[in-house]
Amino acid sequence: MHGSYTDFIEGISPFLGGYYLALSAMNAVMAFYLWHYKHKTGQAVFWVVVSFLLVAVASAAMGGSPLGIPEDIRKFIDWATGPVIYSVGTTALLVIAYLARRWLVQPMVGWSLLNLSLVVMGLSMANMNFAAIVTKPDNVPIVGLVFLLGFFTWLATAKAVENDDRAREGLPPTESLDNEKVLVWPDLVYTELICMIALTAFLLVWGIALQAPLEEPASAVKTPNPSKAPWYFLGLQEMLVYYDPWMAGVLLPSLIIVGLMAIPFLDFNKQGNGYYTIEQRKFSYIVFQLGFLELWVTLIILGTFFRGPNWNIFGPFEYWDAHKVLALNNVDLSQYFWVDGMGRGLPKAPAGSGLGTQIGYILLRESPGIVLLALYFIVLPPLMAVTFFRGFFAKMGFVRYMLMANLLLFMVALPLKMVLRWVWNLKYIVAIPEYFLNF
Amino acid sequence: MSIGEMIRESQVWKSIFRHPMPQDRRNRIVVMLTNFFLHLHPVSIKKQGIALSYTWCMGGVTFFLFLVETVTGVLLMFYYRPTIEWAYNDILALRDVTSLGVLRELHRWGAHAMVITVWLHMYRVFLTGSYKPPREFNWVVGVILLLLTLLLSFTGYLLPWDQLAIWAITVGSNMARATPILGHEGPGQQLLNIQGIDMITNASDARFALLGARFVGEETLNRFYILHCIAIPLAVALLLAIHFWRVRKDGGISGPL
Ligand code: HEM
Repeated sequence: MHGSYTDFIEGISPFLGGYYLALSAMNAVMAFYLWHYKHKTGQAVFWVVVSFLLVAVASAAMGGSPLGIPEDIRKFIDWATGPVIYSVGTTALLVIAYLARRWLVQPMVGWSLLNLSLVVMGLSMANMNFAAIVTKPDNVPIVGLVFLLGFFTWLATAKAVENDDRAREGLPPTESLDNEKVLVWPDLVYTELICMIALTAFLLVWGIALQAPLEEPASAVKTPNPSKAPWYFLGLQEMLVYYDPWMAGVLLPSLIIVGLMAIPFLDFNKQGNGYYTIEQRKFSYIVFQLGFLELWVTLIILGTFFRGPNWNIFGPFEYWDAHKVLALNNVDLSQYFWVDGMGRGLPKAPAGSGLGTQIGYILLRESPGIVLLALYFIVLPPLMAVTFFRGFFAKMGFVRYMLMANLLLFMVALPLKMVLRWVWNLKYIVAIPEYFLNF
Repeated sequence: MSIGEMIRESQVWKSIFRHPMPQDRRNRIVVMLTNFFLHLHPVSIKKQGIALSYTWCMGGVTFFLFLVETVTGVLLMFYYRPTIEWAYNDILALRDVTSLGVLRELHRWGAHAMVITVWLHMYRVFLTGSYKPPREFNWVVGVILLLLTLLLSFTGYLLPWDQLAIWAITVGSNMARATPILGHEGPGQQLLNIQGIDMITNASDARFALLGARFVGEETLNRFYILHCIAIPLAVALLLAIHFWRVRKDGGISGPL
């Protein structure tokens, strides 16, 4: 174990040295830009200092002893990593980012955050378990996705905040300032050409630097642990923990596609067409971000980086031990209701009874869950229509409103189901294994 | 006369390009109208519509990656045979023997990148509200393109025929077993029952249709190969044509009304 650790450090040190040097250069360029073009000497000096510090960090790495995250902190993070902390934590982060967006979009705040996340990434890479997962060839693109999404979300938010400020002063969005027409040749054609060359170069470097994975030949008898779907479907695989396959693998993906297609026909808000804004379309913005950033992307990150053998959750610095056993004791709602609540056995049809009687008993057994689902999917939409969605209902009409409400309820059902699982170990709300119908 | 001028004066050149070099305003307009590849574009465009900070160029990047995938994919087909006997070895040879083996890296990383950029493109289109009238239909076309991009990637994942490939596809396609009514472990599968005989079994359900067998095997490889190399790319190409045409017909890149 220790021999391999030395090997690992020896292997990763030159990479980390180069990595920190690149960060240092990045900050030096920023310092020059601030000093030369923006005449902000104070800020420039600060980033020069950061740049020098990064050179020092780089030389430590080159010398074979890269800085890492202190063990106590690593242990704490691993200990704290769990579904509840992860989900509540990421949601909280997104909410805070949304509320503090005015502060976050300042260029220097964004730049500091970028530096911070890159440095934390580098420090973590000095840990063998962390590096093993992050540098798996097929996982590298997801690291890229995280940074790209962070950057573009920041950019879009910055533009939206600016436009919202302008709107308050009665000014048109910045996008309408550049209304002048230019010829496509040369303006656009050249941009496209440069983009294509840069992209080709980027792909070539990536292709030469990182070999595509090829594991052992396929074998139908050796099941790998964990067995993972391709990374872009890991959100769906994560849903399998909370839902039966017919929901997680068939119904919900179909609803995602249908829901996406329905967006233009459900969003009746005429504002915010063709420019960045948040305040003029708060509702659709928040719903989309909940669905995309929280329920799609963070579940993929969870599935890629934190789900290990037996689909257990592992901390980022934890060894993926296939023998880690977690007691799983999930209970159906019918069990809670009849056995724990009423103190009796589950209703069961007498032996030899006909099909009708059997179905009747199954429905009786599952009645608590069926009532609950009916309340959620049938009673809630009209209730919302006369309360806080009253304005929506008036504008959308019955069909469009019902479609919107049901799609929304299905989406929100996922986090609800997750919470029910963690807090009460609830397995199914309605469990009819006789007909493969579990919800 | 310089060589360049000689070429440009030749009959061959003039048969292809029917106008002088696009160096003045008139010819810059003519070039956009007479060149097949350029005529996808309008002649002039609002500055805002080509601002990188507005579109992130993500639709364009996605399209370019699709082209990269097409070219590298065709070249890879020269080296690859979709049978259990050869698939893995052919990929191995690409790594160890073939001098242009980097094609496989380009194709694989390009595929990952395309999935990422198509998400970012959708994200941008949402954030600028560009799905709103009159662009509703193009958004719907886009969603289908998104689905097809994922399916392209998914079907390609199987082709190397290594452990990573078959188990990812096994996990991914197992869910089809549970399709309501049409999956043999799906709710309501008993409904398709004729005189006591189940019509939906593990040899006739939705998963079987996808895999061509009861488990991921030779037939699956063949099916996925054809879907990956022919069926889905053709569908994507058709939809892309519609997508680009609609961008023009809907009034060009969106902007404040
Ligand atoms: C293979 C995938 C796709 C390709 C190659 C593609 C390509 C493009 C290109 C080149 C543009 C021009 C503007 C730009 O670059 O942003 C565009 C615009 C557009 N795309 Fe896509 N697209 C794809 C998928 C999608 C998806 C998934 C959606 C939405 C769900 C979508 C919706 C739209 C809409 C609504 C526009 C008009 C935007 C505007 O006018 O601002 N596309 N697409």
